Amino acid sequence: MEVIFILIAISLILAGTFLFLFFRAMKGGQFEDNHTPAIRILFDNEPKTKDKKVPSTKLK
Amino acid sequence: MSDPSKIVPQKEISTCFHCGEDCKDEILHFDGKEFCCTGCQLVYEVLNENDLCNYYDIAENPGLSQKDLSKRDNRFDYLDDADVIKKLVDFQNGAETHITFNIPLIHCASCIWLLENLHKLHEGVVSGRVDFIKKKVQVKFLQDKISLKDLVKLLSRIGYEPTINLADTDKKQVQSMDKKLITKLAVAGFCFGNMMLFSLPEYFSEAELLGQGFKKTFNYLNVLLALPVFFYSATDYYRSAWLSVRNKAVNMDVPIAIGIVTLFTYSLYDIFILGNEGYMDTLGGLLFFLLIGKYYQQKTYDTLSFDRDYKSYFPIAVTRLVKDEEEVIPLIKLNVGDIIRVRNSELIPSDSILLDGEAFIDYSFVTGEEVPVSKKKGELIYAGGRQKGKAITLAVQKSPSQGYLTDLWNNESFDKDKNHGLESLANKISGKFTFTVLMIALLSLLFWIWAGNTSLGVLAFTSVLIITCPCALAMSTPFTLGNTLRVFGQGKLYLKNAQVIEKLAKIDTVVFDKTGTLTAPSEAKVQYFGEPLSAESKSLIKAIVNQSTHALSNRINTWLEGIRAVSLTGEVEEFTGKGLRTNYKSQEIKLGSADFVGADSSGLPNGGNLVFFAVEDFVLGYFFIQSGLRKGVDQLVDAVQKEKEVHFLSGDQDHERQNLKRVFGDNIQMSFNQGPSDKLQYIKSLNASGKNTLMIGDGLNDAGALRESSIGIAVTDKVTNFSPASDAIMDAGMLYKLPKFLDFTKTSRSIIKASFGLSFTYNTVGVFFAVQGLVSPVFCAILMPISSISVVLFTTLTTNYIAHKRGLKEKIW
Repeated sequence: MEVIFILIAISLILAGTFLFLFFRAMKGGQFEDNHTPAIRILFDNEPKTKDKKVPSTKLK
Repeated sequence: MSDPSKIVPQKEISTCFHCGEDCKDEILHFDGKEFCCTGCQLVYEVLNENDLCNYYDIAENPGLSQKDLSKRDNRFDYLDDADVIKKLVDFQNGAETHITFNIPLIHCASCIWLLENLHKLHEGVVSGRVDFIKKKVQVKFLQDKISLKDLVKLLSRIGYEPTINLADTDKKQVQSMDKKLITKLAVAGFCFGNMMLFSLPEYFSEAELLGQGFKKTFNYLNVLLALPVFFYSATDYYRSAWLSVRNKAVNMDVPIAIGIVTLFTYSLYDIFILGNEGYMDTLGGLLFFLLIGKYYQQKTYDTLSFDRDYKSYFPIAVTRLVKDEEEVIPLIKLNVGDIIRVRNSELIPSDSILLDGEAFIDYSFVTGEEVPVSKKKGELIYAGGRQKGKAITLAVQKSPSQGYLTDLWNNESFDKDKNHGLESLANKISGKFTFTVLMIALLSLLFWIWAGNTSLGVLAFTSVLIITCPCALAMSTPFTLGNTLRVFGQGKLYLKNAQVIEKLAKIDTVVFDKTGTLTAPSEAKVQYFGEPLSAESKSLIKAIVNQSTHALSNRINTWLEGIRAVSLTGEVEEFTGKGLRTNYKSQEIKLGSADFVGADSSGLPNGGNLVFFAVEDFVLGYFFIQSGLRKGVDQLVDAVQKEKEVHFLSGDQDHERQNLKRVFGDNIQMSFNQGPSDKLQYIKSLNASGKNTLMIGDGLNDAGALRESSIGIAVTDKVTNFSPASDAIMDAGMLYKLPKFLDFTKTSRSIIKASFGLSFTYNTVGVFFAVQGLVSPVFCAILMPISSISVVLFTTLTTNYIAHKRGLKEKIW
């Protein structure tokens, strides 16, 4: 049963890590704007070439 | 099916490639695309050169019309001023500068894309990052390669001109409060969860199975985990309790602090001296629930600002004339006696005398009236108005902060915190509550000492203090108010904080501003007098006013709804502030002011605007246009009047008194000719006579009254638009619901009282066992969460259910 001592230590360290990560994320401003990133991720990385007489229809 | 009257048989309409608006006046062809103005075309050119035309693919016609923008080159010169730069930037080192711009024009995905690709437009820009909801963009740039002025110019060239106003130069940081609370909540949650895990075996006698070593370890771990809760998460309660005791009052936080301290010290004693399990898990849970309640109460509306004063409205710079040379200076450096020039759509920054030019001042932000007022040379123009039309020259009479309007903010009522001694329900009972609890605890201690069992007496004493720690009691207020706040938010009444609700419940006097609050431009009342209009005249007038964006044209246009516009052959010329002119069937048609058409306006009704209709200089008749009452306002005032005193304040002349009396009855006290300071004084005298006042206004001229009243509600047609500092912001369309909202604040109070009753029941049960010394950690660990959660459930359910039943909420959830 002594293994429980180790498990307790592990569980505390694990939970503490999550707490720390949460603080870091909050300090980094991850919870301040939760609308823009949702739009930002949809942008293509490279603008298409200049030839665009036809508006691009997204095929994917 | 399209309505035939809506079809304007004109030349083929094409839409602008940039902004998507109809090209009315001219069509510019460039690169195979059509543009409505040179501004839009310029933006396209800039983007095209830099390979950024992806902008046009992300959203359809993402741009905004560039027609009405001022194109003056030197208008950003004040951004060269080192003082101004220092105040605006967030961060600056030897190479890089970070600055956050407010760009209200951000409205679609394309905007985000373009503003985050600024570095492709100019090599000096490092990056841009958009916050879509707050309409802000943070730009990092290298100041050696691009100056702040050039950056702002670049932004305005691509159609995203930032608004920089006086308030930006003295920033305040208020956000960190919220973050601290979340951190404390997270710490309490983390510790509570782990302590619960370590305590559970105890409750099920499993620890016996594991042996003594485990039991001790678990208890010590609990002590360890309780330290951050006691020394960090709970600090707000100690501070608040201490402050309250020092002011010789007892607020809700006093019994909480007593409870927390007793729990902690007794648990330490229990664990280290007696070798028992202590109450540390209860302590963790207590703080966790309390902080959740606190957080729930602090609902904030990010996009709204409740603290705006004239500074967030006034420009940061002004054009000064020195020996006929223009120079742009920061507003703070403007002195009395300076000569300034104000151009189209620019704001008059200080009370000044008109020296030259034709002034048509739009005071819509100040008074709520949107029809521009014309001023003659030598007349005094008050600050806060916006010039419509050509540039004017003014001589400054007073410094910007000392004017007729801005002097309001020098009034003492803006210095003191807005606290009229209205105690919250919770604080009211907490004094008696604390006293009773201490009495019971002492009596049980004395009783057991008298009975000869001192150790049981100490146990009973601490048990009473622990069990009565008013967790459930303290949570009834924040959750009821938090729920009410959300219900009101859904009904488009946005409150600054939860305290406003309790104050609203006490209101007995309601003061309305008239212009812009009770009346609305969109509900204009148009009457026509003179020779009856033939069908042809009507459709002719319709066609003329169609071409103008002037407020009065719009009103006549709405009045002529359903009339088919005739097709005009000639151009419609607009003379700013005067009227419209065109040729129709080789006759000169004029529509406009008396001077413009050559009419005599003496003896005609006043109290509204007159628009004359003349053919070949012969006046056929005139329109009499008054701003009408908003829909439902008469029922609103009737409903409010039943329970409360109603006052009207108006900056106008009192010619409408009879009119208003007819609609609203005789019981309303009306005051006319009220300037900004008069309104403030009016509220002050009401307050002095012991009234709890609710002021409802809309413009900057109501700012003083909104501030001085117990509660000030700013009414606005678009909540994200400018509104003066207030306790609440309300969508004008929801004004008719005001009586319901006021009623609901009283219901909230009843709900709070009912949940007080509920938590008192729990406390009585707890105390019954506590005085006998029967309270165990298990008992605490069960009773405490049950009481808290049931109170939370009760308040949440009843608040939402009643709100739904009263029609304040569409769905219950």
